[in-house]
Amino acid sequence: MEPVIQITREPLNREALLAAVAAPEIGGIVIFEGVVRNHARGKQIRYLEYDAYPEMAEQQIRRIVEEARQRWGAERVAVAHRLGRVEIGEASVIIVVATPHRAEAFEACRYIIDTLKTTVPIWKKEVSLDGEAWVEG
Amino acid sequence: MKIRVRYFAGLREIVGQDAETLTVPEGTDVAGARALLSARHSRLQPILERSLCAVNREYVPADRVLQEDDELVFIPPLGGGAA
Repeated sequence: MEPVIQITREPLNREALLAAVAAPEIGGIVIFEGVVRNHARGKQIRYLEYDAYPEMAEQQIRRIVEEARQRWGAERVAVAHRLGRVEIGEASVIIVVATPHRAEAFEACRYIIDTLKTTVPIWKKEVSLDGEAWVEG
Repeated sequence: MKIRVRYFAGLREIVGQDAETLTVPEGTDVAGARALLSARHSRLQPILERSLCAVNREYVPADRVLQEDDELVFIPPLGGGAA
């Protein structure tokens, strides 16, 4: 299937992403969901705000998913990333990988999130009780 | 020649705009454009120094020579987050 890639200001819909990767040949589905946590670097977080270079972010995600397809045969993948203000406990990113056997789904999902975090131009700003700052590395 | 510069995240907040057009001499590379922007917006300089560069949505080295109508974006270090 063509991978599902969403970069959106709307709340992420895990069920819709799961439905998108479903297929009779699938034996395992791994979901990574990154959620906003109430603390970071000793600060109490109020909420996060995400910004992206959207066209390049989508292109980079597409490339990462293609690498996962080639390395682990992960043919059914959905990636969604939220932009704008995201509250504590809400999902900022969801990655769903479905494969015939579970090992490949775990490997591919881990690869996609780790690579996404370091190469895809999406930034987050932490808004804490002390102020706000864009997070670097 | 003219190139288009787009700003995101912290850069956009510093510059106060999403994009601008920059007129540069033929043969200007990314580093040259970065120097012009640092001169125009002095508060940008430190963050531009630690940013990666993208031209037309691809990461490029700073010695990449620019062409008319290129879209230049500086990519500040990404948040990443501990694994």
